[in-house]
Formats: sequence, structure tokens, C-alpha cells
Amino acid sequence: MATERYSFSLTTFSPSGKLVQIEYALAAVAAGAPAVGIKAKDGVVLATEKKHKSILVEEHSIIKVEMITDHIGMVYSGMGPDYRLLVRQARKVAQQYFRTYLETIPTTQLVQRLAAIMQEYTQSGGVRPFGVSLLICGWDTDRPYLFQCDPSGAYFPWKATAMGKNFINGKTFLEKRYNEDLELDDAVHTAILTLKESFEGQMSSDNIEIGICNAKGFRRLTPAEVQDYLANIA
Amino acid sequence: MSILNYNGGCVVAMKGKNCVAIACDLRFGVQSQTITTDFERVFELGPQLYIGLPGLATDTQTVYQRLQFRIKMYEMREGRRMKPQTLMAMAQNLLYERRFGPYFVEPVIAGLHPSTKEPYICALDLIGCPCEPADFVVSGTCSESLYGMCETTWREDMEPEDLFECISQSLVNAFDRDALSGWGAVVHIIEHDKVTTRYLKCRQD
Repeated sequence: MATERYSFSLTTFSPSGKLVQIEYALAAVAAGAPAVGIKAKDGVVLATEKKHKSILVEEHSIIKVEMITDHIGMVYSGMGPDYRLLVRQARKVAQQYFRTYLETIPTTQLVQRLAAIMQEYTQSGGVRPFGVSLLICGWDTDRPYLFQCDPSGAYFPWKATAMGKNFINGKTFLEKRYNEDLELDDAVHTAILTLKESFEGQMSSDNIEIGICNAKGFRRLTPAEVQDYLANIA
Repeated sequence: MSILNYNGGCVVAMKGKNCVAIACDLRFGVQSQTITTDFERVFELGPQLYIGLPGLATDTQTVYQRLQFRIKMYEMREGRRMKPQTLMAMAQNLLYERRFGPYFVEPVIAGLHPSTKEPYICALDLIGCPCEPADFVVSGTCSESLYGMCETTWREDMEPEDLFECISQSLVNAFDRDALSGWGAVVHIIEHDKVTTRYLKCRQD
């Protein structure tokens, strides 16, 4: 990763003990599009806003909620290009795991490995930290998982969380609305409502993206399914 | 003389009813000269997970140490016990990494699944090709004799005591016909709650 000119790390400590590059990376995340993840009894939902700057943009060609393996999905807040790289690496890590153990990668293992990759970029020469926080959802050993991975390489398991613009309001909203007995349908409903808190304008199946993960695996909801959920809210 | 016959030795594993058995001989020699008669080539890798590594003795030791390293790292990283099927995948990977300069061992794995307690046996060749039959697996210098003995004596769903008799008789009568194996045997019967290890008395030649 380092060229000859940069054998030193650009992420260095400040006198107060902080890594300012990581703080700035978190600021880039907080300026990104909102993303929400909620764990239900029988699955996990990931949702994100997909607003475009111009009406000329072809909305359905850009996908934000990505599948990593049959049973693991991912979404982000922050810089899109950095996210694409991490999606590639996550998919590679998952397949390498399968090659070695002939077993699909457990969600916790994928998260640990991905977080280790993100941490490398905070301690290597000539590179900057990733400007994304990831929300990773998965299903294995008969239970759902939801994790957040930060630019620092720290990872957190969540029952429900929000990232990106207005994440504080999102989290407060979720603290009130979340309970342990949510079913997946209710979780999707709650996720949409959480996104609506910070949404400017009219929500439609073209400007939000939803993915769900349950015992049957991970999949993105079709625009028609998203429209059904939106109709229930209106 | 093949390098796999240099030190001699053999291993056999069988499936029974809710149990598995794995056994090996104890001879360690250099071609025709017997050096020791206490060289065990079946190792414990987990509470109900055993691997037999017949073949070149130096590779027996190295492959066992390398596998043990990988298993301990796996169990610490993942926080769970290794399944026999996953051990097979891991051994396959380890052996194929050396595809063009292989380890001269042909492993045999026997164990019970950590939670379902389902019996599992498999054998791999020296470059990692697995074989997962429903009855028994054999490996070593007297493998042909072992195939014959096991084929005739094995029955489905044998209780642990019958399985012990079957595997012991198969092993002893097979390696008695082989100059490079023998000089004693050890048998492990693996059940869901205990492992019984017995040393067999046999012809010392």
C-alpha cells in the first residue's frame, strides 16, 4: 500500500490521545446518508436513504444494500467508493473462509476480519482511514446478528442503531420504539419510520433501499415490496 | 521403496452406533530395522476428535503439530469447538498447500460432532483428497490387508463393545501379515460421554 515516499503512517496521535484522522473519518460518516439497522426475533432489517442530487440519475443502477454471502448483508453511511472496496474485500474474505473450512463464514468472524482490515488502514504507511461506517447483518446458528464497523476498526453489536445524518435523533427514536419481541415485519416498519424522521420530501420505493436477513438468508426487498410497506405507513 | 513405507505403520477407523473407533499400531522403524515399539500415531485434537497420521514419522509429528496450532487458533478465534467435518476441510487445506512437495502422511479422522454427537470418519490422501464413507477407513503400509479384514468383519450399528472387538481383530490380523507394522496396538473407542483407550497384546514381531 505504501509508495516509497510514504513509509510513515498518516494517522498519528494528537497530544490529547486522539487519532484526529479517525475523528474526521467519523465526521465524514456523520455527513453521509442515513442508514438504519434493527434486529428482530426472526431476522434483521437494514434500510438506507438513497437520495440523488439530480432527477436525471438512474436510481436503480446504484445499489447500497449489498449481499456479502447468502446469509450476510451490509449497508453503509459515508463515502460510497470506500464502501465498494470493503464490499469486495468482505466477499473475498467470506469465500476464502469457505475454501479453508468448507463452511459458510459465521457473521461474527466476518465482522472481526473486516474490522481488522479497517484497522490496518489506521496504522499503515501512505493510506488514510476508510470514510464509512458499516452495518452488517447476518443469520447463522439459528439467530440474527447486527454489527456496526467504524473507521477505527472498532465493532459493536447492536439490537438497533442508526448512522449518518441525524443519527442521534434516529437512535433516540429507536430507543423508544424498540422492544425485544419485534417480528421482522414490525422491524421493517420501524426502520422506515426511523428513516422518515430525517427524510426531507416524499419517501418512495425509488429513494430508499431495504434489505432483510432471516433463516432463509439475505435479500434486498423489491421496489414493489418496499412500496407495500410504505403504503402501510401513509 | 516408497517414502510412505519408510517408517511403517497403519491406522484404521470405524463407525458404530453413536460411537466411533480409531486404532493404530505402535511400531517405529527405519526400513527393516525396528527402533521403538511405543510410537503412537493417533492423536487427540479435541474431547471427541481424533486423527491418525500413518506414513513418514517426521511428517506425522509435523502435521500433528501444525494441525494442533490451527485448531487452537480456530477455537480461540471462533469461541467454539471444531466439528470433525471442519477438521477434514482444514487438513485438506494444509495438505494441498504442499501439493508439489507433499507431507508423506495419509490422515484418518474419527470423531463425534460436538453438539449432535453424530459419528464421523474420513480418510485423506497425502495431497488432501477426502473420502467420507459410511463404514470404515484404513491407511498405512498394510492398507490392503486392512481393507480385506474390515470388509469381512464390519457390520452396521455395532455397540461400543462389539466395535472394539471388530476393529481390534481387523487391525491385528492385518498387521500380522505386514513386516513394517505391528509390535503392539492401541485402540480408542469414542462415545458421547467418554473415550476408552486400550492397549492390545499381540505378536511382538
